[in-house]
Amino acid sequence: MTEPAVVITGLKKSFGPLEVLKDIDLTVAPGEVVCIIGPSGSGKSTMLRCVNLLEEPTGGKIVVNGVEMTDPDVDIDRARTKIGMVFQGFNLFAHLSVINNLTVAQRKVLKRGEKEAEEVARHNLERVGLSEKANAMPAQLSGGQQQRVAIARALSMSPEVMLFDEPTSALDPELVGDVLGVMRQLADEGMTMLVVTHEMQFAREVADKVLFMDGGYVVEQGPAAEVIGNPQHDRTKSFLARVLNPTHQDPTD
Amino acid sequence: MALTKRQRAKAFRGVQYGLLVVILIVFAFVADWGTIKRAFFDFEVMSKLFPDVILVALKNTIIYTALGFAVGLLLGLVLALMKLSPVPPYRWIATIYIEFFRGIPALLVFIAFNFGIPLAFQVRFDNLSTVTISLAIVGAAYMAETIRAGIQAVPKGQIEAARSLGMSQGRTMATVVIPQAFRIILPPLTNELIMLTKDSSLIYLIGVQYEQLELTKFGRDAMNQYRGMTPILVAGALYLIITLPLGYLSRRLERHTGGKKVS
Repeated sequence: MTEPAVVITGLKKSFGPLEVLKDIDLTVAPGEVVCIIGPSGSGKSTMLRCVNLLEEPTGGKIVVNGVEMTDPDVDIDRARTKIGMVFQGFNLFAHLSVINNLTVAQRKVLKRGEKEAEEVARHNLERVGLSEKANAMPAQLSGGQQQRVAIARALSMSPEVMLFDEPTSALDPELVGDVLGVMRQLADEGMTMLVVTHEMQFAREVADKVLFMDGGYVVEQGPAAEVIGNPQHDRTKSFLARVLNPTHQDPTD
Repeated sequence: MALTKRQRAKAFRGVQYGLLVVILIVFAFVADWGTIKRAFFDFEVMSKLFPDVILVALKNTIIYTALGFAVGLLLGLVLALMKLSPVPPYRWIATIYIEFFRGIPALLVFIAFNFGIPLAFQVRFDNLSTVTISLAIVGAAYMAETIRAGIQAVPKGQIEAARSLGMSQGRTMATVVIPQAFRIILPPLTNELIMLTKDSSLIYLIGVQYEQLELTKFGRDAMNQYRGMTPILVAGALYLIITLPLGYLSRRLERHTGGKKVS
């Protein structure tokens, strides 16, 4: 059996007195797509941000591609180059053109030459269908385009794992499809992906595994068809009922 | 007949205009135009001031200001970073520096560097160094606060994105935060530059050679020589030639960066 891409054991995270993650275990195999769903405040974004240590866990262990992220002596900057991250708010570098957004970390962190960095960048812009926007500034792009550039920027570092933190939540509804399309294509190419999302359709069709989180715990996990199609726990059922049919009234409410 | 509120306001405005006209007429009759012209707009004196008022005085004002600003900006950046440091003593030092030099007159700093330190330590700065250091020290205190605010105004997501790409803290600062912070603070920095332009006049205190005169001292010397206000007026006009475009630039930049979303 190959080594898992991500192993999370006993992950805990508190913000002051507020315990956001109580005891999370998760194993992700290489090439696996895991969608994390749950109500807001359930800790799903915090968990994702713990994977590349944007949030420092209070307890537990996280291993990504054999590197223990939670080891105090880990070279965190080096480890992060192998973990791409896409944010809800895109976070493109506002002062750099699209092409420079894609090359800056390659050159300054990976020490790739100018020519190589640009080749990699152009290749990845093509993957997200935005080759013609190479010289545009982020502010000139639509939200959907910005998010696709953000994906291309993460891909330009040749990551082994990609983290998506509600990548379509800040988008106009008609732009969501383009971004999901790129993510679906990425999944088909075999990228290991952890996706925090409210897009149930995407989770159902693309995810190998779905995680339902609530109150700092993983309430339920399993194949997408089971967790979304045939949830076992009441919390999962009522959450899905509300998400899939917003006008639905929970009888227990 | 009682006036309505609007009629009263209109009448009052009429009185204000009337008063202004009366004052101007009285002034025009009382004033001795010949003397005023001789004192303020003596073209003969003006023609004697040129070209040195430009080639020496204006040039030196610009040089002193530019040097003081450049060094001050660098020092201000260091202070701003110290102020944001996680190490408390660095923050304390920066805070003390900023509060101290913002709280005392710039003139005092000039006196200290030109007279105090040479007396106390038997060292002597040349005039250019004195001006540069004094202006930089004072300017840095103001610019540090501006730069700190600019750094803190860069959205947190920018830093997270940089860190997630494997950039170290320092690398993130240098390639992502500081370039964006400077975009944000360009308008207030332009105002600092205007302030320094005016503060460069404090060099009048120091006995400088003719080639080192800047606008204020040049104007003052010429005033004594030609016994009239004209040189001062010319010097003032030349300051405006520097400061008015800078002020205009600052307002334009403000509108520009204010209108564009930085995220």
